[in-house]
Amino acid sequence: MTGDHEDAVRGNQDAVVAQPQPGHGLEPAGHADGPVDPFADPGLEEHEPRPTDVDEHAARRAERQIAACFMLSAFFVVLFCISFFVFKIGNNPTTILGGYGASNVTLGLFLGLALLLIGIGAIQWARKLMSDVEVVEMRHPTASSEADRVATVEALQQGVSDSGIARRPLIRNSLVGALAMLGLPVILGLRDLGPLPGNKLSVTVWRKGMRVVNDVAGTPIKPEEVEIGQLINSQPEILFEKDANGQPKYAGTELLNAKTKASTIVVRMKPEDITPTPGRENWGVSGILCFSKICTHVGCPISLWEQQTHHLLCPCHQSTFDLGNNGKVIFGPAGRPLPQLPLMVDSEGYLAAQSDFTEPVGPSFWERGER
Amino acid sequence: MSTATTNGKKAAQVHRPSKVGQLATWVDDRTGIAGVAKKQVRKVFPDHWSFMLGEIALWSFVVLLLTGTFLTLWFKPSMGEVVYNGSYDQLRGVSMSEAYASALHLSFDVRGGLLMRQIHHWAAMLFIAAMFVHMMRIYFTGAFRKPRELNWVIGCLLLLLGSLEGFTGYSLPDDLLSGTGLRAAGGFILAIPVVGTYISFFLFGGEFPGDAIIPRLYTAHVLLIPAVLLALIGLHMLLLVYQKHTQYAGPGRTNDNVVGYPMMPVYAAKAGGFFFIVFGVSALMGGLMSINPVWRYGPYDPSQVTAGSQPDWYMGWPDGALRIMPGWETHAFGFTLSWNIFLPIIVLPGLMFTILLMLPFIENWITGDKRDHHLLQRPRNAPTRTATMVALMTFIGLLWAAGGNDIMAIKFNLNLNYITYFIRVMVFVGPVVAFLITRRWCISLQRADRDRLLHGYESGVIMRSPEGAYAEKHLPISTGETFALTSREHDDIPAMPSDADENGVANHKVWLTRLRVRLARFWYSGNIETPSREELEAARHHADDELAEQELAEYHDSHVQHDRHGIETGEVGKH
Repeated sequence: MTGDHEDAVRGNQDAVVAQPQPGHGLEPAGHADGPVDPFADPGLEEHEPRPTDVDEHAARRAERQIAACFMLSAFFVVLFCISFFVFKIGNNPTTILGGYGASNVTLGLFLGLALLLIGIGAIQWARKLMSDVEVVEMRHPTASSEADRVATVEALQQGVSDSGIARRPLIRNSLVGALAMLGLPVILGLRDLGPLPGNKLSVTVWRKGMRVVNDVAGTPIKPEEVEIGQLINSQPEILFEKDANGQPKYAGTELLNAKTKASTIVVRMKPEDITPTPGRENWGVSGILCFSKICTHVGCPISLWEQQTHHLLCPCHQSTFDLGNNGKVIFGPAGRPLPQLPLMVDSEGYLAAQSDFTEPVGPSFWERGER
Repeated sequence: MSTATTNGKKAAQVHRPSKVGQLATWVDDRTGIAGVAKKQVRKVFPDHWSFMLGEIALWSFVVLLLTGTFLTLWFKPSMGEVVYNGSYDQLRGVSMSEAYASALHLSFDVRGGLLMRQIHHWAAMLFIAAMFVHMMRIYFTGAFRKPRELNWVIGCLLLLLGSLEGFTGYSLPDDLLSGTGLRAAGGFILAIPVVGTYISFFLFGGEFPGDAIIPRLYTAHVLLIPAVLLALIGLHMLLLVYQKHTQYAGPGRTNDNVVGYPMMPVYAAKAGGFFFIVFGVSALMGGLMSINPVWRYGPYDPSQVTAGSQPDWYMGWPDGALRIMPGWETHAFGFTLSWNIFLPIIVLPGLMFTILLMLPFIENWITGDKRDHHLLQRPRNAPTRTATMVALMTFIGLLWAAGGNDIMAIKFNLNLNYITYFIRVMVFVGPVVAFLITRRWCISLQRADRDRLLHGYESGVIMRSPEGAYAEKHLPISTGETFALTSREHDDIPAMPSDADENGVANHKVWLTRLRVRLARFWYSGNIETPSREELEAARHHADDELAEQELAEYHDSHVQHDRHGIETGEVGKH
């Protein structure tokens, strides 16, 4: 590559130099009949007139096309307005015929076409009728001139020196201190965003003797009703109980908060398929085990149950737990086994909890401990 | 605008007052705007299809502001419990949050409400997708180089904030899918060491889900993030106008000028028209293509989930990282550290974002380039840079695929576990392979350019030699194309420093400089230099001889053949 060409593409070697490199850029080179310098800028291509530039008929046709776009756009706006009143919005927007969903489809279609036609018309106007002669604009250096820089620095220094901030450190330091103190009101002001965690993540509403009930109807479960291979989504009975006034004990946010930790599943396997770890031998009732439904990874409710392999798969990130082996993780990103709820049969023969979970359920957290 | 205000030195004087002229005078008397406007009204923008990508992002943001404002008129950002009593049969009588109920109300009881919801969601997809593609265009063409590094940083922030804005937006309807996303987000926050539990409790106003998160996300979604986005977009555009747009090399297009069409009227019509195109396409998508049908998912319930739950696509790659991460957890001193969540979802996105943000500065440190660059490079002419981005894209793409491992397992009838194991390996192997292939590919393309410069283009004319061998004739390319292809900068490979400087003083940071030099050598290695003047002239001379030979041959040929040749040489000029 030759030296002078290099300069032409390099641009400003020193950003402070305000002058663009002379002798490059615009002058077309090599247009003479002599040998063409292969590296010289041949200059802009000659402007080629469009049909609309030279043919008045073509220009008129383009004019009519563009105006037609705009008029058609207005027509679609009218159709939009008609559709707004004609089509009722139904309760099933995915059905288009019979009035249901027709509102959304027609409104979107006509609004879209109306907008598109304005855009197409405007762009067609620019392409066909507005001047398409390319314009050359010289670049200015991005940086300011050296004189401006010097003047700015001088002005800044003058300002600093006029303020006396350098000579009076007491003022500077006390101001910095005062401004830093203002951080405290900000932090304190945000303190009430939420309560402190306490042990809230470690406890659930499960208590000794609380029945395990069906999660939809709230009906208690008898062991003999559970078939081998079956999975029942379950909840603690208290979430379905009513207080003295006949109001649910848990509703709204409290209900959701409680369910987030207390949701469980009841499964029945062949007793010989279960290998309980020491201490968990009597946590099941004739092959019926109860596990937390909340994934130990990031807390999704686990719902995909493989009857034959007694594996439970989380649909969010595919952590897979072996319920025959104490909820051990056999695949996926979860770090801990699924917590197990100790089960017993209460005096009326229904499944109930022996206690709360013996470890925090759901995703891990820093203070969780080693349980 | 009247030319009177924009033309000439005495801006405010209008000779023959028209209505517009009077208005312009009134404005200029009070703002002095003509001084600025006279330059900007006819400001030149170069034309290329790839310059449109950022425009898609800009205009879809405007569509988002318009449709989003419409949605706020009905949406109630409240987690208070209500019983739904609207038009949608299947959920009537069901207890749900006010947020979800109002999202249903917007969809079924406000005419055009569903359309606006769907346009808003589709425009959000366009916004983020356009930012991604625009960013790749900027990177591949070297448009981020000095003096445009700041705009790269602003662009990265826009991408980050845009993704956050998208997440806060699709979390608002409080349906089962968005609630599952928030549940997972809560789990991510809990995995932050030491402070995670506290951040989670402060964010959710207590335990998950609580009743605070939707109103808080709403404030972020409609006020905080859009305000910052708007300010950053303004700054992005301001810098663009001040620095003037980059352009591709070509005849008459150099580092010192910008060639294109003026703002008024061409770009006003083209860019303004393009806004209507983007809005129109979003409206068609909103009308004809269903997106996020929240009524199908039902209200959020922490004990329920739908199979195949996935975040919006731009959140897919960290989700994929989460899926392929082994389940590592450390328990020590009574504390738990969940590497399986903390690394892929907190550390990795932060790391990737930092890398993205630093790319211009890393390249600049390696090459030591202090020049201003206004001419765009072709990706092939910066093989290491191009390969770096392709490696990053491969990494992100594989993680993204991992985010759909369950969908792939079902659709392609594959084993989910094997897909996961495969991607676990491929995220390390894939980027390296992609880097090597891309780099070699770029260098081969450079070689092809060199051949094209030296030997011309393939004419399609097959010649038979007296010996009976067949060969295709090459014809020289146009001067314009020659100029464009040779408009490449010299590779400025630094010299390896010695242990001591010329005065014999030991150079303490020599290892760092050596690393830099080694990287710079690797950065440029394999580059095919454009031919020298002598090489080019020699090759051209040779080609002229061949051409003469060919013309002599054609002289004996039929007129039909001669005409065909004429057409082809006519095409040369357009190459």
